[in-house]
Amino acid sequence: MGKRVLIVDDEPNIVISLEFLMKREGFEVSVARDGEEALRKVEESTPDVMLLDVMMPKKTGYEVCQQIRANPSLSGVKIVMLTAKGRDTEVAKGLDLGADAYMTKPFSTKDLVAQVRALLGIS
Amino acid sequence: MGAKGKFALAYVGASAMLLAGIAIAWVAFWKDLGADEQVAIVPIVMPRAGLFAILIVGSIAFIGFVLRALYRAFVEPPLKLGEEATLLVTANPEHRIKFEGTSEFQPLVKAINALADQRQSLQQDVEQKIVEAKAAVEEEKNRLGALMSELTQSVVVCNLDGRILLYNNRARLQFKTLSDTPTAAGGGELIGLGRSIYAIFERNMISHALDSIQSRLRKQGSQPVANFVTTTRAGQLIRVQMAPVLTTVADNEERAVSGYVLMLDNITRNFENETRRDHMLQSLTEGSRASLAGIRAAVETLSDYPDMEPEQRDSFVGVIRDEVRAMSQRLDDTVTEFADALKARWPLEEMLGEDLISAAQRRIENKVGIATKVEEVTDGLWVKVDSFSLLQGLTYLAARLESEFDVREVRFRLLPAGRLAHLDIIWSGTVIGSETLMAWEMESMTVAGETSPLTLRDVMERHGGEIWSQREKAAHRIYFRLLIPSAQPAEQLDAQAFLRGESRPEYYDFDLFRWKDSSHALDDRLLTELTFTVFDTETTGLNPSGGDEIIQIGATRIVNGKLLKSEGFEQLVDPERELAPESAKIHGITQDMLEGQPNIDKVLPAFHAFCQDTVLVAHNAAFDMRFLQLKEDRTGLRFDHPVLDTLLLSAVIHPNQESHKLEAIAERLGVIIIGRHTAMGDAIVTGEVFLKMIPLLEEKGIRTLREVREAAEKTYYARVKY
Repeated sequence: MGKRVLIVDDEPNIVISLEFLMKREGFEVSVARDGEEALRKVEESTPDVMLLDVMMPKKTGYEVCQQIRANPSLSGVKIVMLTAKGRDTEVAKGLDLGADAYMTKPFSTKDLVAQVRALLGIS
Repeated sequence: MGAKGKFALAYVGASAMLLAGIAIAWVAFWKDLGADEQVAIVPIVMPRAGLFAILIVGSIAFIGFVLRALYRAFVEPPLKLGEEATLLVTANPEHRIKFEGTSEFQPLVKAINALADQRQSLQQDVEQKIVEAKAAVEEEKNRLGALMSELTQSVVVCNLDGRILLYNNRARLQFKTLSDTPTAAGGGELIGLGRSIYAIFERNMISHALDSIQSRLRKQGSQPVANFVTTTRAGQLIRVQMAPVLTTVADNEERAVSGYVLMLDNITRNFENETRRDHMLQSLTEGSRASLAGIRAAVETLSDYPDMEPEQRDSFVGVIRDEVRAMSQRLDDTVTEFADALKARWPLEEMLGEDLISAAQRRIENKVGIATKVEEVTDGLWVKVDSFSLLQGLTYLAARLESEFDVREVRFRLLPAGRLAHLDIIWSGTVIGSETLMAWEMESMTVAGETSPLTLRDVMERHGGEIWSQREKAAHRIYFRLLIPSAQPAEQLDAQAFLRGESRPEYYDFDLFRWKDSSHALDDRLLTELTFTVFDTETTGLNPSGGDEIIQIGATRIVNGKLLKSEGFEQLVDPERELAPESAKIHGITQDMLEGQPNIDKVLPAFHAFCQDTVLVAHNAAFDMRFLQLKEDRTGLRFDHPVLDTLLLSAVIHPNQESHKLEAIAERLGVIIIGRHTAMGDAIVTGEVFLKMIPLLEEKGIRTLREVREAAEKTYYARVKY
């Protein structure tokens, strides 16, 4: 099927696992290290799902999310926010800004995979 | 008509009546006689006319004599009595009536004298009572003043216009830190009797708090106190609690608010601590979340995909190793950095180590009855302790040493160890193992029959400390080491500043309660109720427009007719030019004293604030004002306050005196001169001279600011100089 996943996170240690997992699920994976790179890559390749970290250099995940949602041509991109900010106010902010799901670090890889599959409508 | 006149008239009347009576009797007698009888009687009477005349004159004289005697006996004495009684009532209550008159008046005189005695003793009684009452009030005021000055909380009392009528030393110190130029007036330009609190806090904030207090008062029952937090110009956070000052009124009237008490708390440091604590929590939770996410994902991937390549497996294991190491490091850093914040929140007080040890010695000697000694205590080491429970703990240890191991003497050692301190209790003899100490730690502390609900463990936890036993083999001694937090001696400075106020100065003036800003325009206010700034400057020379500069400003305040020496302003000023060496002979200020002092641009704003809302007073004010006014363009500060000149006032009061120099006036008015030719010394002399002048001006009918200004303008000197 070749669904495309964009992983956006500045911490290589989590990116390793995410990349491995998504490839094993059979997705086409690309990686961005900061907010600006993420926006560029989204425009280029229009992924189906984005795993978006909140705390990043240059642009935060919130800003990236907001800009993507402001662009109607990108409305098909599903966004899963990954963050170390666990307070309910921050979860609410992420969902309000247009994220489809919000996962607090540390999360279970099974849950993450299940979430991504659900968003893509793969049973 | 006086009494004498009346008597004279009565005398004339009586004589006339007598003559008329005789004449009527004669006429009637004459008409009754027949013609022959009339003829017969004439020769009988006529030769005796002289006798009749003598009889008549004698009678008139007799009437006069009687009337005079009556006058002397019954009219003169009451008049004299009246005069003496009036003297007694109006002028001299000690006067007593001495009376040598008729006996009829004696009882009256005695009664008047008795009344006078009574009145005098009553009067003395009342005066005595007044003196006593005044003394009692004064004593109460002083006691209140003393209490306030010892309080560790900042207290300021204001009237409804926001004028400060009481403040304590702590408040003064606090405002010193809020001042822009802390050295000059010591915060005195912000806080001072009669000054406006609105220079510090926004008017709206205060009136809002007052409103809420008043509405609470109307509802009754609830506590009429308002709280607010505000930031100052210097960025400090001040928590303010406001309580009303209520007037005492008759039973059924509503109590009115006549002022308020502000209790101030600088919570900047607390707030910073809270912020640090928050920051710590955040860095622990969020930082750990990210690392844990990496580890968890790696571990789960490793276990879910056992088929992966060895290289990949290695990289996942590498992730786990890195993240675990990073987490450990973060934990260590947090513990070190936030050690203080992590400590138990039990309120600890800062205490000089020596004091703690000597308190422990006394307590152990009293309660346990063994000898104590000090082996070594580092000078000036401060510790942060809950002294009550720590002393209990030390005494408890000594008691158990004595009862179980027969220790007869303990010695103390207190040494610094980084941010901690070692408090050692040393003895010689039996070694005590850690199990024993552990057991002691867990039992509740009992000394001489008194049992504390705490255990030694509790005490150590309160201090965030530790305890263990140790042994120095070489020295043959054993000790318990208590690790307790040490304190920065920063607070000590504060304490010294606190002690500096040797006498309890004029920090309160309750007469200001009666002040109302709105009651008069400044010009029509009485001199006795105005606030004055008396000041003097020392300068590099006498020519302000020729480049001479101010090198020192000294000022003091007069509020409610009192010179407030404790609210002074004294500051050396760098003139940014050379000082002529010979000028040092006049003011005693040398070039090197001026080095590092602020320049006039820095000092004038503080001085301007110090003078706010006051009338300026100086001797030969024109000279000093010229220096101030020449700087107006540069600093943008206008010294357009009303100005009074003691030189001109002296000319108003003593127009015929030759000299109106400050020394000469001071001598004339009986003011003792100390420390002349320092700006502050001269300002104080000027202020005292000015205070003596106020009643003298009043004698000349000069009472208000307007009147005094007009009088000064009319003097010879004013015409010559201005």
